[in-house]
Amino acid sequence: MKSKKPLIPYLVWMAAFVVIPMVMVVYYAFTDSSGAFTWQNFKYIGINRQVYIDSFQVAFVSTAICLLLAYPLALMMSRMSPRAQRMMNILIMLPMWMNFILRICALEVILRPSGVLNQLLSLLGLGGNTIYRTHTAVIIGIVYNYLPFMVLPIYTVMTKISKSVIEAGQDLGCNGWRLLQKVIFPLSVPGVISGITMVFVPAASSFVISARLGGFNLIGDTIEAYYKGEIDMHAGGMLSFVLMVVIVISIAVMNHFDKDDDIVLV
Amino acid sequence: MKKIVSNLYLALIFLFLYAPIAVMIVLSFNDTTTSISNWQGFTLRHYLTLFENDALVEALVNSLVIAVLSALGASLLGTLGALGLNNVKKARGLLMNLSNLPIINPEIVTGVSLMLIFIGIFSMELGFFTVLLSHIVFNTPYVILNVMPRLHRMDRNLYEAAMDLGCHPAKAFFKVVIPEIFPGIFAGFLISLTYSFDDFIISYFTGGNFQTLSVFINNSLKKGIKPWMASMTGVIFVAVLVILIVMNFHDAKAEAATKRKNKLA
Repeated sequence: MKSKKPLIPYLVWMAAFVVIPMVMVVYYAFTDSSGAFTWQNFKYIGINRQVYIDSFQVAFVSTAICLLLAYPLALMMSRMSPRAQRMMNILIMLPMWMNFILRICALEVILRPSGVLNQLLSLLGLGGNTIYRTHTAVIIGIVYNYLPFMVLPIYTVMTKISKSVIEAGQDLGCNGWRLLQKVIFPLSVPGVISGITMVFVPAASSFVISARLGGFNLIGDTIEAYYKGEIDMHAGGMLSFVLMVVIVISIAVMNHFDKDDDIVLV
Repeated sequence: MKKIVSNLYLALIFLFLYAPIAVMIVLSFNDTTTSISNWQGFTLRHYLTLFENDALVEALVNSLVIAVLSALGASLLGTLGALGLNNVKKARGLLMNLSNLPIINPEIVTGVSLMLIFIGIFSMELGFFTVLLSHIVFNTPYVILNVMPRLHRMDRNLYEAAMDLGCHPAKAFFKVVIPEIFPGIFAGFLISLTYSFDDFIISYFTGGNFQTLSVFINNSLKKGIKPWMASMTGVIFVAVLVILIVMNFHDAKAEAATKRKNKLA
C-alpha cells in the first residue's frame, strides 16, 4: 500500500504521451524548416492578430453569458428536494451527452437563413434573423455546448454549503440579496472558478463551431489549417504554444483568487 | 411571485437546451431527401434506412469500441496512477498538475501534439490504435480525479489488518483496497465512456482514415446536413435517456439503502 511502484508505468506513460508531445509542439514553435532555433515564428502571431482578438472576445463573452445563466440555475437547483435535484442533473447532462457535431448541426438547422427559426418568424409575419454567419451565432453555439460545464461545478459547490452557515447568516440579519452576497457567493467561488476555466478554455480554442455557424476562423480553425491544409508545423506549433501559454496564465490568475486548492470537476 | 419568476427562468433555460434537439427529432420524421428543414410530410424512412448506411454503421461501431476500450485502459492506468500518486509526498503538487494537464490543455493542442509524436517519434500510421491511445490519454485524468478522494478517505489500517489476518499483500489489495475504491474507478470509467464517445477534435487529428462517429458526421457535412443526421440524433437521444434513467434509478435505490442503514445505526 505504501509502495510507489504503481507510479512507474504511469509516469512512463505520462512522459511518452503528455510531456514529450508538449515538448514537440514547443520544439516546432521555435525552429525553422532546417531544424535550427529561431524567434522568427513569432511573426505568425502578428499575421493572425485578428484571429486572436476574435477568439478571446468570443470566449470572454460566451463565458460571461454562461456564468450569468448558470449561477441562478445552480442556486435554484441546490435548493430543490433531492429527487428534483437528481432530475435536474439528468436534464442538464442529457444534451451534453448528445454528439458534439450533431449539436452544432441542430443549431445550424435552426439559425441558417432557410432554417426553422426563419420559417417560424415568417409565419408570424416577422422579418428573418440575421444571426447566421456572425459572432453572435458562434457565441450562441459555444454557450449551448458548454453551459452544463458552468452549471455543474457551481451546483456541486453550492450543495456542499452547510445549512447551518446559511442559518447563521440569517440569524445575523442577512436576508435575500445580502445573504447571497455575503454568505453564498463567497463560498461558491471555487465552483465559479472551475466553471469559468471549464468553459473558457474550450471556448477560446473551439473549432468547427466558428467555421460552421460563424463562417470565420478562430484560433482553433487556424491551427487546424496549419496542420491539415497548407502544412506548416512551425506556424501551427507557435499558435498552439501561444494558446497554451495564455490559457495557463489565465488559469494561474484564476487560481490565485481561489485560496482553496480543491479542484471541482464534473 | 418569486416562484413564478424562477419557474419561468427554468423553462427558458430548458427551452434553450432542448429546442435544438427537439427540432432535429421532429425533422427526422420529415419525408424529404434534400433540404431537411422544409416539411414534406411524415415518414419513418430515415430511421428504417439508418442502419443500411454501411459507412455510418462502421463509424458507430468504431466509436463504441474505442469508447469501451479507452475507458477500460484509462481505468487501469488511472487507478495505478492514483495509487502511486497517493504515496508521493514531495513532488505531489507538481505531479498532480502534470496529471491534470490533458484536462486543462485545449483539446486541439492535445490532438495536434499527439499527432506529432505518433508520426514524428513513434513512426506509427494514424488509425485505430493511435485514436485508442489518444483517448486513453485524455480519459486517464478523470479516473485519477475520481479515485484519489476514495483513497484519501480509506482507512489504511484495514489493509494492514487484512495482512495481520494472514492475507498475502496481493490478496489484501484485491480484497480490501479495490472494493473500497471501486465506486471511484467506476465513476471514472463512465465519464471516460461519455467523453470518448463525444470526442471529435482529438479523433480528428489522430485518426488518419479511421473514422469515429463524430469524424464521419463532420466529413459528411461537406455535402450538407442530411436527414440521417436527424434520425441519428433521435437514436442517440433515446439511448442516452434510457441510460440516464437506469442510472438515476440505481442511484435512488442506493440512496434509500444508505438512509435505511443510517436509521438502523
